[in-house]
Amino acid sequence: MTNILLILFVISLVHMGLSKRLNTYTAVLAFQGILLFGVAFIELIQINVPNLLFVLLETIGFKTIAIPWFLNYVIRRNKITRESEPFLPDFISVVIVTTIIIGSFLLSNAIRDTHVRKILFVAALSALFTGLYFIISRKKIITHVMGFLVIENGVFVLSLAVGAEMPLLVNIGILLDIFASVFLLGVFVNKIGDVLQDQDVDQLRNLKD
Amino acid sequence: MMGIYLTGAILIGSALFLNRHRGWNYLLVTAFVLLQWALTIHVWTHRDRTDLVYFTPDALAVLFLTTLSVISVPAFWHSYRYFASDKEIPRERSIYFAAMVVLLAALSAAYLSNHIAITWIFVELTTLSASALIYHRRNVRTLEGTWKYVFVCSISITLVFIGILLLTMGVQEAGFSDLSYTSLAARAGLFNTFWLKLAFLFIFTGFTVKAGLVPMYTAGIDAKDKAPSPAGALFSSVLIMVGFLGIFRVYAIISHTEIFPWAGRILFISGFLSVFVATVYMLRVKNFKRMFAYSSVEHIGLVTLGLAAGGVGYYAAILHIVLHSFAKSAMFFQVGQVYRIYKSKSIYDAGDYFRFNPAGAMVLLAGFFVITAMPPSGLFISEFLLFSALFAGGHFALLAAVLLLLTVIIWCFGKNIFKILFIKPVGFDEGSVESIPPVESLSQYVLLAGVVYLGFFPPGVFVNLINHAIGLLPK
Repeated sequence: MTNILLILFVISLVHMGLSKRLNTYTAVLAFQGILLFGVAFIELIQINVPNLLFVLLETIGFKTIAIPWFLNYVIRRNKITRESEPFLPDFISVVIVTTIIIGSFLLSNAIRDTHVRKILFVAALSALFTGLYFIISRKKIITHVMGFLVIENGVFVLSLAVGAEMPLLVNIGILLDIFASVFLLGVFVNKIGDVLQDQDVDQLRNLKD
Repeated sequence: MMGIYLTGAILIGSALFLNRHRGWNYLLVTAFVLLQWALTIHVWTHRDRTDLVYFTPDALAVLFLTTLSVISVPAFWHSYRYFASDKEIPRERSIYFAAMVVLLAALSAAYLSNHIAITWIFVELTTLSASALIYHRRNVRTLEGTWKYVFVCSISITLVFIGILLLTMGVQEAGFSDLSYTSLAARAGLFNTFWLKLAFLFIFTGFTVKAGLVPMYTAGIDAKDKAPSPAGALFSSVLIMVGFLGIFRVYAIISHTEIFPWAGRILFISGFLSVFVATVYMLRVKNFKRMFAYSSVEHIGLVTLGLAAGGVGYYAAILHIVLHSFAKSAMFFQVGQVYRIYKSKSIYDAGDYFRFNPAGAMVLLAGFFVITAMPPSGLFISEFLLFSALFAGGHFALLAAVLLLLTVIIWCFGKNIFKILFIKPVGFDEGSVESIPPVESLSQYVLLAGVVYLGFFPPGVFVNLINHAIGLLPK
């Protein structure tokens, strides 16, 4: 079951690479939240109940509902156009995301450790590098935040690989997730949206030598 | 004591945030300085004794904490002068001081922590407080600097966390679960090197954002440029040290394994590229605050090279980073005064500084010799030891390249500093120049004198601390 969910998670990354509209991105992020809820539930079932509840609440409440809603709110409030304006065409984007997934697959094949489930590792690394790729290749500041959220989802998957024995690390990772997302989005919605009229990274090119 | 310190810092920080009264603000800041020094003295008398489970002041932590406490005093004093000479908005002042208190407390806790996850939490806290300081002036430029800093730091801190997770996988495979530094170092031999290599790559890349090394140095440059200069002084001294500390701790764990030479090569590459990038930017930089920020990149690059070279290089690296912190914070305090006179950070707008502020001009002149490591600067000693370590290690080509780059840096530095000091500025209105009392330069003289003193006549206790700190690494 975990495998199916994680494969869906990786496919959702490819879908994100394909799509152009910001609404699709928020929808995919919400969908990933549901998938992570399922994976966390299966993987962490043996840890104590309050901890498990916290993790599940975070995936459903925060990743699936709060963040996508907040992103949509930011997009509407700042009147951001719905096009994500990638620097590269879709086809190349899909090729790159696929290359990333194959690369993580090959890297995880180098592991000779029977302790770790490789599929978690593959999904986590794919999400990490796909997120970095989104940050590099998209023009809007808000899509940078979305790329960061994809990275966070990857980190969550990775923390599940060790989480059953060390729930502390999962909790710290979740706190990082909440803290950084709220912080980034808070700065964005309060400041950048008010100060800059046109929200793409070209507005942030003044500091240089 | 750690419990008292952290509770006190949180209370003082929130009181500063909530209270907008001028007198109360400065009273609370004074209380924090006293608390900071109380912790420092406590740590000196209770070395290597674990406090509150996760905090053990080992030699390196004691050394760094003392440096921080020394620099924090002039940092607060210059912040006071900064507000006295500029328009003082109560809300901005209280946020500024609250953020600075939180930053210093988080740094102290990160130095003292003996557990890799705890270090990570406090490093994350420094991002939050530092961004409040960068955004202090509340305009589009500072917003840009803040956004870049927050974003790059968030990604880097996530990379560190991934590194910790990968390390944990190795730990679990080796059959234990304790993530404190001593336990990790003691059982380093049991690790699967695959996990260790991946973990080192991620943790190193993540911490370079705080240390100001290639590849993540960029955000730090904008931060030091856009923050008020007392905050910039902290960013380029004590904040750099926390990044170095994070790298050093993991490097010390790796030093007990077979991948130690491999990790050394990573440090060589990053250190050399840092010096190279700093040189390239120093050649074309027109903003003197950014020039000093790039000089920090160069110095931390040298420190990394020393760490990678081994032997006497370890000693030189620790000595260099401590002395650099004193020297560079002095320069940033002085940059604040230069800015107050010319109302610009461009080298083209500044000039003839000796006429407007002789005491400050002497600081710039002396600081130029100290920061470029010419004798009698203490940095001369550390750089000399560092180069002899590179020589002894047989890295002749690297040594030659670094020396060449350093020569270029000295030339750029000299060109720009002497322009500010001696050449008349074009179209500068001398009527409205603010006169700056010489007493404001006092702290910089003390710090620069400290660099000379610690370099040439190091007290025995100082040498002992460094030797204990590098005792974690193999000879």
